[in-house]
This record gives sequence, C-alpha cells and structure tokens, in this order.
Amino acid sequence: MNGFGALLRKELLEQWRTARLPLVATVFLLVGLSSPLLARFTPEILKAVGGNQFSIVLPTPTAADAYDQLAKNLGQFGALIAVLLAMGAVATEKERGTAALILVKPVSRAAFLVTKLVAIAVTLGIATAIAAAGAWFYTLVLFEPLPLAGFIAAMLLQWLALVAYAAITFLGSTLTRSALAAAGIGVAAFIVLGILSILPTIGSYLPTGLGTPARALALGQANGDAVGPALAVIALIAGLVVIAWLAFRHQEL
Amino acid sequence: MTTPAITVPTGDSTAGSTAADQAIEARGLTKRFGPVLALDRLDLDVPHGSVFGLLGPNGAGKTTTIRILTGLARATAGSASVAGVAVGLDVPELHRRIGYLDQDPRFYSWMKGRELLELAGRLHGLGGIELRSRVGEMLERTGLGTAAERRLGGYSGGMRQRLGIAQAILHRPRVLFLDEPVSSLDPEGRRDLLELIAGLRGEATVVLSTHVLSDVERVCDQVAILDRGRLVSQGPLAALLAAHARPIYRLVPAPDQEAAVGGLVERLRATPWVKEVTVATDLIRVTVADPDAAAGMILPLVVAAGVKLDSFDRARPTLEDVFLELVGPPVADELDGRGFVRPRAVQP
Repeated sequence: MNGFGALLRKELLEQWRTARLPLVATVFLLVGLSSPLLARFTPEILKAVGGNQFSIVLPTPTAADAYDQLAKNLGQFGALIAVLLAMGAVATEKERGTAALILVKPVSRAAFLVTKLVAIAVTLGIATAIAAAGAWFYTLVLFEPLPLAGFIAAMLLQWLALVAYAAITFLGSTLTRSALAAAGIGVAAFIVLGILSILPTIGSYLPTGLGTPARALALGQANGDAVGPALAVIALIAGLVVIAWLAFRHQEL
Repeated sequence: MTTPAITVPTGDSTAGSTAADQAIEARGLTKRFGPVLALDRLDLDVPHGSVFGLLGPNGAGKTTTIRILTGLARATAGSASVAGVAVGLDVPELHRRIGYLDQDPRFYSWMKGRELLELAGRLHGLGGIELRSRVGEMLERTGLGTAAERRLGGYSGGMRQRLGIAQAILHRPRVLFLDEPVSSLDPEGRRDLLELIAGLRGEATVVLSTHVLSDVERVCDQVAILDRGRLVSQGPLAALLAAHARPIYRLVPAPDQEAAVGGLVERLRATPWVKEVTVATDLIRVTVADPDAAAGMILPLVVAAGVKLDSFDRARPTLEDVFLELVGPPVADELDGRGFVRPRAVQP
C-alpha cells in the first residue's frame, strides 16, 4: 500500500490537531469515572429523590453493577462517538477536494482508506483505555477489584465493537459524498444490529453480541467464549473495508 | 455534423516528432455526464518539455481534460497516456510522474504550510535531508518562507495557490498540470507565478489551462483551443498566430512626405494584387489578395515612389483575435440564465 506510513502519520496528527482525540478521550474518561459512581450511588439518589413516598427495595450494588453501567454507557455513548468520528472521514475529504490533493500523488486508494480507519481505531482505543482505567480504579475504590486480565479482555471486546460501528459508518462515508448520510447509515446499522442481537445464533457473532462474553470475562466467570465472536467481528470489519475499497477505487474525485 | 479540428503545422522544435516524443497523448477522449457531452473525441499531443496552454471559454472541457489526464476522473471513451503511463484511477505510477494544481486548491486547515509540503514530499518517497532542503527551496521559490509555520486555514487564496504550485513541483514531476493557476492572484503574484512557470520550460512539460489569453501568450509555446468539448485547434503558438495572420501590411512613413505618400497610395491602388488601401494620419494599411507575394513587391513600390519609411510590418493577430475567430462569442441560445455557456446535450 503506497504511502501508508506518511498517510498514517498525517491521520494521527489530524486526530490530535482537530481535537478529536482529546475530546473523545475526555468524554470516555467521564464515562469511565461516572459508571461505578452511578452504580454505587443510584439507590441512595433514588431514595433521596423519592423520600418516603415510595418504598423501593434495591439490591446492594456490586462490582458487577459497576461493570454493567460502564458497558451500557460505552455501548451507547461510545457507539455514537464512533459514528461521529467516522461520518466525515472520506465524504468530507471528497466534498472539500482534499481527497484529490492526496490521491493525485503516488498513494494507493487502499492506503488512503485503511490509514483513516486505523487512526479512528487508535483514537477509540486510547479513549477506551482511559475509560477502562478510570472505571477499574473507581470500581476498586467503591466496590472490589475486578480481575484485571479479564477486565482488559472485556475492554478490548468493547473497543472492537466500537471499531465495527465506526467501520459501518466509514463504509457509508465512502459510498456517499455526505457525512450526514454516512451518520444515518451508522445509526441505522446500530439499531438494526441491536434488533438482530436477540437472534439466538447470529446474535452472538455481531458487534452487539460481544457484550455477553465481555461481561463474563470482566467478572471472572467461565461461561464466555469470546474468540469466535471476536473473530467474526474482525472479519466483519475487514469485509467492510474491502467493500469500501472496491467502491472507492472506481470513484471519480 | 462535426467540425474537424485544425492542426497547425508544427515548427522546427517539434518537426519529425513521434509518439515517443510526446509527454501526453490522447486519442478520442470522450466524457459524458448523463446527457451532457463534456468532452467530444479529443485528440491531444503535447511535446516533451513544452509549456502547453489549454485554452477555452468556461465549460469548454479544460478541467475535465485535466481531471482525466491526472487520473481523478475516468473517460467515457478513448485512451490517453501521460509520461508513458496509461491514465486511469488509482494508478500510483502515473501519479509518481505528474504534479497537479487544482483551480481552487483546498488543503487541511489544521496543517501548517511546511507540514503540507513535507507530507507531499513523503508521499513521493522523499525523506531526510533531501526532503528538508526541497521543502525549504519550494517555500523560498514561492515566497511562503515567512508563512511556513502558519496554519493553512489562515492562508489567503493567493497563498493557497502558491502553496499548491510548491506541492505540485516539489518532487520534480515530468508533467505538471496547472488548472487556472493564476486565477486568484494579484498582478504581482500573477507575474511571479508566470515567471516561475516559464522557468520550468525544459525541466518539465507544463499543461496550463486558462481562459486568460495574455497569460498563454506570455509563457506558452504550444496551445490547444477547446470549445464545448471539442478540439478546435492545436499546435505551436507561433504557427497558430502565423496561420491566422491577416493579409494586411502596415507602413508608417517618416513625417513631412505628403506628396510622396500620395503618389505611393496611387501606385498601390493601381496594383492588381492590392484590394484596399486606407490612410490614417501616419499609417498606411494595405490589404492584399496574396500576402506572401505582396511581401516582396510592396517595398519596391515604396522605393519607386521615393517614400522613406519609419516602419513596415505585417499585421499580426493577437491570440485573442485567433481565439474569437475560432471559437466565436456564444450565441444567445447557448447561454444559460447566468450568462454561462450551456453544455450541449448528446444527440440521440
């Protein structure tokens, strides 16, 4: 892939200079810190708000609740941010003419696409790592330590799911000239995948299906087979990139 | 009905040229945008080392031609090669050999001027000391040295155009495509850039699209005139101007020779190959039937009439005259509501 190194350097610098990486990392850090806090103090907050009018009996929160809160927030906010990061990646460059500036140089179109998705994956990876560190530490402080290796593996699966949402949006961004249309594709895919996740067999091999093995890993339970679903999602991401490349190599700029 | 393009006889510089001598060869290039025919069977031959002007009014197909030749767009039909490489989308080998400046160059607003040139250099395989020295040289050559560390979002249109030139020539391309390169420059910037382009003669083949005829006359040695997607004329600029030279000679007599000048005018009017003689204050215009024959016969008549001349020349057309003669102003039904030339639809 001609120009891969130079383009990756440019894409990573762009993530930093356009403040995408610092902003996403900050949002993820807040998600990471707030999730165990919400899990720990939700019963007390409800009690304070409800006063004596309601009689709500909530179980005592545990480290598992902290993890569930984190997984839910990352799955929602994280997916939204993944869509936002990828929506303009190619469409905006085509529209502004900067794609032509780069692609009239000895650069393969595959390198142009792959470096962009890699840079988005790196941003999501750093942000997820920061969120994970914050969440793990607060879970330790407020509850008990989650098994570190399992928790890291769970966060890798969460990150993989986010990269998959970004890759779907990225394909939309390649196929269209509109970042908004790409975002629509990403959000629609997120909803459709959510619906499909309830299917018994297919569901566990979709990005939305990574949640179950990730939870088992994070909580140190033995019932989570993560390898198959992870490989399936990696294959999905690779397939999306290949489709984007097949379409992009025939596009006029 | 298709009007065949006029190929102007080549001068000595390209006499005996073969396909291998051409930096660019295009045969039957056609481009359709739905029902609109933007380029109609274009044949183009651009000799190595020339500064080639691609001329035409708005909508003539200049940008479409450049976009196909640079691999940014695909021809509907026909073929072309640039620097020996067949053009097409996603052909890194083609892009290794060319440089390109868009008519409205757009860059990454977050990037600094120097960083953009470094990126362009790296993509062309430059690195280390060579990259740094080439970038420095380009910044100096385009007068952007003091703005090198500024973000591109703050660059003016003229600065963007100069940076565009710098990134296009940084890697010493064999063929350089410049689409309306001086359109947003002030007169000084325009002069500097045209000088820079002229300085590339012999170093690279330059294809320059423009509708500013004076720019072409200043720097180009070869021209092609396009009109509504068709090639109207192609060849060396000097030969094009000569081919369209008017059959008029201009004589400027020295002062205070009224009687002798009167006699000369009478002699000229009595000559069968002279069609018309007009006399202004200090200028005699002689319209002739056969300009080549007249060239050798006018001066003996002047001597015989005892007239002393300050100057004698054949009226040469400007490129603008030739352009208007070949292309002509658009007629009313070819203009859209905004005054632009309306593209032609494909005939079924």
